[in-house]
Amino acid sequence: MSHIQRLLVVGNGPVGHQFLESIVESGCATDYQITVIGEEPRPAYDRVHLTAWFETRQAGALNMVADGFYATNNIDVRCGEKVVAIDRDAKTATTDSGRRYDYDQLVLATGSYPFVPPVPGHERENCFVYRTIEDLEAITAAAKNASVGAVVGGGLLGLEAAKAIKDLGLKTHVIEFAPRLMAVQVDDGGGALLRRKIEDLGVEVHTQKNTQNIGDGEHCVHKLSFADGAELETDILVFSAGIRPQDALARQCELEIGERGGIAINNYCQTSDPAIYAIGECALWNQRIFGLIAPGNEMARVAAAHILGNRDDKQFTGADMSTKLKLMGVDVASIGDAHGNTPGAKSYTFIDEQAEIYKKIVVSESGKHLLGAVLVGDADDYGNLLQFALNGIALPEHPEAMILPNIDGSASVGLGVDALPDSAQICSCNNVSKGDICAAVQGGALTVGDVKSCTKAASTCGGCTALVGQVVNAELTKLGVEVNTDLCEHFPYTRQELFHLVRVGGIKSFDELLEKHGSGKGCAICKPTAASIFASCWNEYILESQHAGLQDTNDRFLANMQNNGTFSVVPRMAGGEVTPDGLITVGSIAKKYKLYTKITGGQRVDLFGATLDQLPAIWKELIDAGFESGHAYGKSLRTVKSCVGSSWCRYGVQDSVGQAIDLENRYKGLRSPHKIKMAVSGCTRECAEAQSKDVGVIATEKGWNLYVCGNGGMKPRHADLFASDIDTETLVKYVDRLLMFYVRTADRLQRTSVWMENLEGGLDYLRQVIIDDSLGICDELERDMQSVVDSYQCEWKTTIEDEQKLKQFRSFVNADDGDKDIVFVEERGQIRPANEEEKQLNNNLIAVA
Amino acid sequence: MSWTTVCTLDDILPNAGAAALVGDTQLAVFRVDDRIFALDNHCPFSRANVLARGIVGSVGETLVVASPLYKQHFSLEAGHCLEDDSISVRRFPARNENGLVQVQL
Ligand SMILES: Cc1cc2nc3c(=O)[nH]c(=O)nc-3n(C[C@H](O)[C@H](O)[C@H](O)COP(=O)(O)OP(=O)(O)OC[C@H]3O[C@@H](n4cnc5c(N)ncnc54)[C@H](O)[C@@H]3O)c2cc1C
Ligand code: SF4
Ligand code: SF4
Ligand code: FES
Repeated sequence: MSHIQRLLVVGNGPVGHQFLESIVESGCATDYQITVIGEEPRPAYDRVHLTAWFETRQAGALNMVADGFYATNNIDVRCGEKVVAIDRDAKTATTDSGRRYDYDQLVLATGSYPFVPPVPGHERENCFVYRTIEDLEAITAAAKNASVGAVVGGGLLGLEAAKAIKDLGLKTHVIEFAPRLMAVQVDDGGGALLRRKIEDLGVEVHTQKNTQNIGDGEHCVHKLSFADGAELETDILVFSAGIRPQDALARQCELEIGERGGIAINNYCQTSDPAIYAIGECALWNQRIFGLIAPGNEMARVAAAHILGNRDDKQFTGADMSTKLKLMGVDVASIGDAHGNTPGAKSYTFIDEQAEIYKKIVVSESGKHLLGAVLVGDADDYGNLLQFALNGIALPEHPEAMILPNIDGSASVGLGVDALPDSAQICSCNNVSKGDICAAVQGGALTVGDVKSCTKAASTCGGCTALVGQVVNAELTKLGVEVNTDLCEHFPYTRQELFHLVRVGGIKSFDELLEKHGSGKGCAICKPTAASIFASCWNEYILESQHAGLQDTNDRFLANMQNNGTFSVVPRMAGGEVTPDGLITVGSIAKKYKLYTKITGGQRVDLFGATLDQLPAIWKELIDAGFESGHAYGKSLRTVKSCVGSSWCRYGVQDSVGQAIDLENRYKGLRSPHKIKMAVSGCTRECAEAQSKDVGVIATEKGWNLYVCGNGGMKPRHADLFASDIDTETLVKYVDRLLMFYVRTADRLQRTSVWMENLEGGLDYLRQVIIDDSLGICDELERDMQSVVDSYQCEWKTTIEDEQKLKQFRSFVNADDGDKDIVFVEERGQIRPANEEEKQLNNNLIAVA
Repeated sequence: MSWTTVCTLDDILPNAGAAALVGDTQLAVFRVDDRIFALDNHCPFSRANVLARGIVGSVGETLVVASPLYKQHFSLEAGHCLEDDSISVRRFPARNENGLVQVQL
């Protein structure tokens, strides 16, 4: 071939992007000249989580494209440009801006568009669909002047749209043509229960309503008239009456189209023109459209493999359409033949009206195989049932036991994951099989968190998390890896267990702990851990003689030891606020003791190069000027960063500085398994970067949004939205509980992010514990936190007031000399430790002793 | 060789260390219960005089101090590094003589 192959992708949605990623993963991206053209103003974003846009109202949060993805892989990306015509003979595509693109291979990933029933009046203003970020922006803007909203369509997406409208504070109606909600996925019984649960949430459900006209309302903007004579008034209308494949281009260039639309493809995702592929929701395979992300991604992988000429014969052979989701807080799942349409199929149903749970399984005529299932209200069995259905595993003698509650506590008739073949797909979103997970475990991934990051399993919809956990544990057991969770050789307990022993046993010293529960002399792991637990529980001065020797390097001297054995000193500047006089004092102290000064990432000043014997004098001067310890040395609350918020910023909606100062003063000194960082931003522009913190607070018009478990550092993680629009009192309550729960249950040196990911049930579980008080411990957590808050002391102050303690701060116990080996050189007008070479040359060295 | 008294037993926290200066030599003196050990205070990994500030404990039967900067363990009784047997620090005879901490250089 004379020229480099030109690969043109039309449609930059999730599936188009998966296609590009598959090409890039193959390592062959540079063999092609790749162009991707998308009609939307931005590159691919996560449509599956579209509704999450409301959490931040920022498009960036849904972005699917890694930084530098296009540039590094030499992909030409065109946004806001629509392909309007394809010339198959010339092999060109023309866009609405008049540009023409040549291709050797063309991939259509044009997705689908929402179907709007041609009811008279459907084009009135304030009528929307629910598909793109722009749609949500328009709905949000319209909601400002509206009080009632209605959604036409009671399917999966309609209910999601209804939730969004409800969350915007509107009275919400759902209008469904069929006699029940989610008619495709659930049966009558499940639909009835779902309806009740949704009505409990204050959403009105109208079924069997055929909308015939939309006209002017009397109280609201619109009046809907139904075939049965009923009427309904609403200000906003959202159509969610199904989707249609976007096959306009295929029609224009005369590719084969299905009877009811969709671009026909073969098992390699090729259309009737072998140089043109179609993938995702626009594609029709075997007369079927797949309106879910997993099959779309699979098509993308198949098409990529075929174009790259990998003859490993990867084919698309259909997909399972089972789903599990949470709609308005209600668990709903549907597997396979949910309606029992298979000839001879029989079903078992379990209904618990008290707890509002509905479960049905459909089994084959022989009773040996599971064909389908419907779960509403409790979908915990989903993973298990799905595996039975997908892998044709023989059912137990009494299949009904699989959905009956195990009241007497006998083990439920689950499926040992051992029964699954290696090929069983555990995570359908990311096509991860049991074999993949086992291989990851064999390769050293020992936790669900590890497996998640190396296989991507459980990282999209999360529906498979429990099952992934079971596979990981089973594999670990099989490998004979006894997961040793002992803290160290001296204590056969986890940190969490040790915390419990200390707290319940009222143990206050390491000697007592060692005597009762440990052996040996302790070490650099268990001693600081115990010291931290004592501090969290009893909050005694950490340099009491029974505690001092337990403290880790920095805690032991209430300062951060640097590479040459000198220390850095950080006074607290709560919220990053400091008066000019304060700043001048800090400056003059630094000058007096010849310290190197630097601004930290936590909005305060760090003074470097103090020797051990200088520390108390420096502290004294700082304290006299009104400063206190900044606990920069502790595994404890570091800083609460803030932006200036409503006091100064023209966008600010709350006093973020004041909030940050209050939070910092409340939690300062709290000892924890690892450092804790917080931040408060005055509005959604998020200048304080709160979403990269363990606790992030962002001001809203109505109060505060609380984000939890984020971090920067080696493995950055965005914090998750935990609660929205809460007032300050609730905020403090939640943070009290959350931090105490973390302090009690996390492993040593485990940041909140990893802690949360390893909690079974993750964020949802955390919400249950902290918000719903599912463990009934919230009062206790708040009390414990209050007692830590009440017993706060500035450790520097306590130290300089105690002659005995001051003795620990001499360079030598038997001499007043300093350490002569500590020498500095000057750089950019300040000191820095001299390196070995400079010490040898002995030129211009600055000594302190 | 004679014993030099550097401090009293109470000057060193139980199960911890303190730095001492004898002539030009910087020592790390450790107290484990009522027993005394002395090593060179210079940590060969960080090249800073900090061993006295490390956490004292045990690895198996061996009494150790963990260097406070990079956490390598040194035997209190023999001075060798447990992580890297090519590395060791000087050790000095030391004793608790009726509440006085004494070393021999
Ligand atoms: C609110 C919501 C919730 C959902 N929840 C789930 C869920 O929980 N689980 C699940 O599996 N699926 C869910 N889905 C479905 C999932 O989002 C789709 O399966 C997925 O987006 C399909 O990806 P796609 O790339 O094929 O199509 P699309 O996402 O539609 O992307 C196609 C892109 O191509 C562009 N385009 C079209 N024509 C042209 C042209 N001529 N020129 C240039 N660009 C063009 C479009 O503008 C669009 O950006 C949900 C969808 C929505 C809307
Ligand atoms: S987050 Fe908002 S309030 Fe704070 S500085 Fe930025 S724009 Fe202003
Ligand atoms: S990033 Fe590395 S070099 Fe910089 S302060 Fe942190 S640990 Fe030290
Ligand atoms: S099945 Fe969706 S993340 Fe695994």
